[in-house]
Amino acid sequence: MVWDVLVVGGGNAALCAAITAREAGASVVLLEHAPRAFRGGNSRHTRNLRAMHDAPAGVLTDVYGEAEYWDDLLRVTGGATDEHLARMTIRASADAPAWMSAHGVNFQPSLTGTLNLGRTNAFFLGGGKALVNAYFAAAERLGVTILYDTEVTDLELDNGAVRAVNTVSRGFPLTLQARSVVAASGGFQANIGWLREYWGEAADNFIIRGTPFAQGTVLRDLLGHGVQQVGDPAQCHAVAIDARAPKFDGGIVTRLDCVPFSIVVDRAAWRFYDEGEDVWPKRYAIWGRLVAQRQGQIAYAILDAKAAKLFMPSVFPAIRAGSIAELAGKLGLDPAALETTVSRYNASVRPGNFDSAALDDCRTEGLDPPKTHWARTIDTPPFIGYPLRPGITFTYLGVKVTERAQVLMRNGRPVANLWASGEIMAGNILGKGYLAGFGMAIGTVFGRIAGAEAARHAGN
Amino acid sequence: MPETETMREARRVMEICNACRYCEGFCAVFPAMEMQRAFSDGDLTDLANLCHNCKACYYACQYAPPHPFGVNVPRTFSLLRDETYRNHAWPRLLARAFARNGTVVALVTAAALALVLLLTGWLVAPGTLSHAWIGPDAFYRVIPWVAMTGVAAATLLFSLLALGIGGVRFWRASGGGVPVRRGDVLRGLHDAVTLKNLGGGGHGCNDRDEAFSMARRRFHHVMAYGFLACFAATCIAAFEAYALGRPAPYPLFSLPVIFGTLGGIGLLVGASGLMALKLTADPVPAARRLLGADVALLALLWLAAATGLILLIFRSTAAMGALLAIHLGVILALFVLLPYSKFVHAPYRTLALIRNAANSADRVQ
Repeated sequence: MVWDVLVVGGGNAALCAAITAREAGASVVLLEHAPRAFRGGNSRHTRNLRAMHDAPAGVLTDVYGEAEYWDDLLRVTGGATDEHLARMTIRASADAPAWMSAHGVNFQPSLTGTLNLGRTNAFFLGGGKALVNAYFAAAERLGVTILYDTEVTDLELDNGAVRAVNTVSRGFPLTLQARSVVAASGGFQANIGWLREYWGEAADNFIIRGTPFAQGTVLRDLLGHGVQQVGDPAQCHAVAIDARAPKFDGGIVTRLDCVPFSIVVDRAAWRFYDEGEDVWPKRYAIWGRLVAQRQGQIAYAILDAKAAKLFMPSVFPAIRAGSIAELAGKLGLDPAALETTVSRYNASVRPGNFDSAALDDCRTEGLDPPKTHWARTIDTPPFIGYPLRPGITFTYLGVKVTERAQVLMRNGRPVANLWASGEIMAGNILGKGYLAGFGMAIGTVFGRIAGAEAARHAGN
Repeated sequence: MPETETMREARRVMEICNACRYCEGFCAVFPAMEMQRAFSDGDLTDLANLCHNCKACYYACQYAPPHPFGVNVPRTFSLLRDETYRNHAWPRLLARAFARNGTVVALVTAAALALVLLLTGWLVAPGTLSHAWIGPDAFYRVIPWVAMTGVAAATLLFSLLALGIGGVRFWRASGGGVPVRRGDVLRGLHDAVTLKNLGGGGHGCNDRDEAFSMARRRFHHVMAYGFLACFAATCIAAFEAYALGRPAPYPLFSLPVIFGTLGGIGLLVGASGLMALKLTADPVPAARRLLGADVALLALLWLAAATGLILLIFRSTAAMGALLAIHLGVILALFVLLPYSKFVHAPYRTLALIRNAANSADRVQ
């Protein structure tokens, strides 16, 4: 049979597209690479969506208008965005929560420790996997055909249109035909081989925070067919996470918020960056890159008992020792070198009024690099260490789309029957940086547009 | 006491949950968990008994099996609750009743039935069970008043004592508590009688699979209030018999019969519904080993209601004697088994809810 709409992917953007297309009357098939237990792509690991609102609405408090939302985006991207698409997404995000509720997503007040997001972001009750479950249930109820364990290997893109979609479905080759195709298959961050093209052998030491199924197969295939690309292919969003995390899918629990209250040393036991440069939410996302640039892509946060309870711990136990030398031994560092680093740091700490919640005046003097806030001597056992590695969240490379989510060729002409939504096109709007809950906003807004357009095209 | 495998697993799981916290909107367990950075055995016992086994956290969990972390809170806490039940059973010797609880419940029920039948056969003249007794005090012609009242009172008092001692032991073992005010007790009781934590914020729980439903909460309500109505019927009847001198049986439109009938129907509907949910639910978040205990108590409650209603229907026929003996046998088994069946979750959960109310009030201050 020829499907009206074929959706590649199984995360938020794919599901929004599939549900919208089916509700418009199209016959829809959704191809999810993962088995059912791991369905939902990186949406499984998300927990909120950033939504514009001109008045308090549901769990969203106060006001978060277009201007402020746009300012936030401009700040994090440093201008690496498309204002037209961005403003359109921001405006459309206002409708998203109601649509989500209507399709089974439940919301809750912001999680503890994320109070600063309660105004701007709507939190999903139970997190992203609960959202994914709700959408799959809605899609099934509507009659969307879902194929799990089905990896799209390539699209037959010929003469400006997708003619067929080749897959491996539960181990067997399967070719499908569809009048319209929506590519919502995410980025390529789980493809270590591809990351190695930009990062060399360092990529082997990267930990992928989310789904191992984000291989970028469809993205690479489309770019190979002459589709226009957006976003810097070498860039990815990387944070410093606990080095003991599993290679894939460790998710939220491997994050470490201890950096501002520690000193961070590399494999040679030397410091390399100001750990107290700014409040953690503003520096969270630079430490992945910093660690990625160190030898062996590893670093170690060193703290003492005074700082032990100032931050959310990761899921792995702190490494404790009675002395700095012993701690160095446990972390595999040179004890003498770590003792030197700690004592030089301690000697440069100036007295101040420590305040973990604000940019305080505790800083070092005469130290390079300095620690400009929250600098206190490391002198109270037990001493604590956490190993850090780069944790890759997503990549920025994507395909260029129109405001109707239609995919553009390098010659500027749209592919007649191909739309894109979610991470595969997020680079159009978020070319750099990170804004909590914005990926889900892009996926929801463009998923719905792509689904509607794809269904309309199939109906004509 | 060496730490059990289940306790270790509960600690591992809570440490993962505490680093994630996505589930904190579902129920009281997760906000209570967030109060700690490390979990003592008492903390874990408390959290496990606070858990209503709604399974919402399992289906929302990105670390649930087959993820290598294999987080399965409902299953882990079910197993830990079973340890609580054994650890706090009184007398200690009877803790073994929880080892193969389904079998124990079945055997005790059979023994109680046989005992009551034999007693009625022996104590009263032959032919009693097959005679169609009618009129006031007909029941006591079958089973003498002293025997019925004496056995009932002794069993019930012993069961209440055992439940009480278990409750005190549980309270101490699960961490004692912050000072409990009257308001905390009221709030804890409110949360218990409304099953607030099976509400999942208004859309229900994952009774069978990823879909949310209120079925389990409603069936449990119907069953629990049915049980209370039956208990009320018994108390009213006792009052009428001893204080007013009007022995059973009572007319159809009397308080004991109305309460008993409605309660019996509630028990039948609730226990059947819960049983059906249990048997058709996704087995992964459930502890297979405890299925026997779960089913046994539901079956016993169902039998108690069914035999009571059948007795009501046929009470003026020749079958009354035998039906009465069977019904009382089941009731005897139920009372004997209260402290040694899954029924103990009721006092433990209520105590955990009261402590949670006290801790939350403390948190707000």
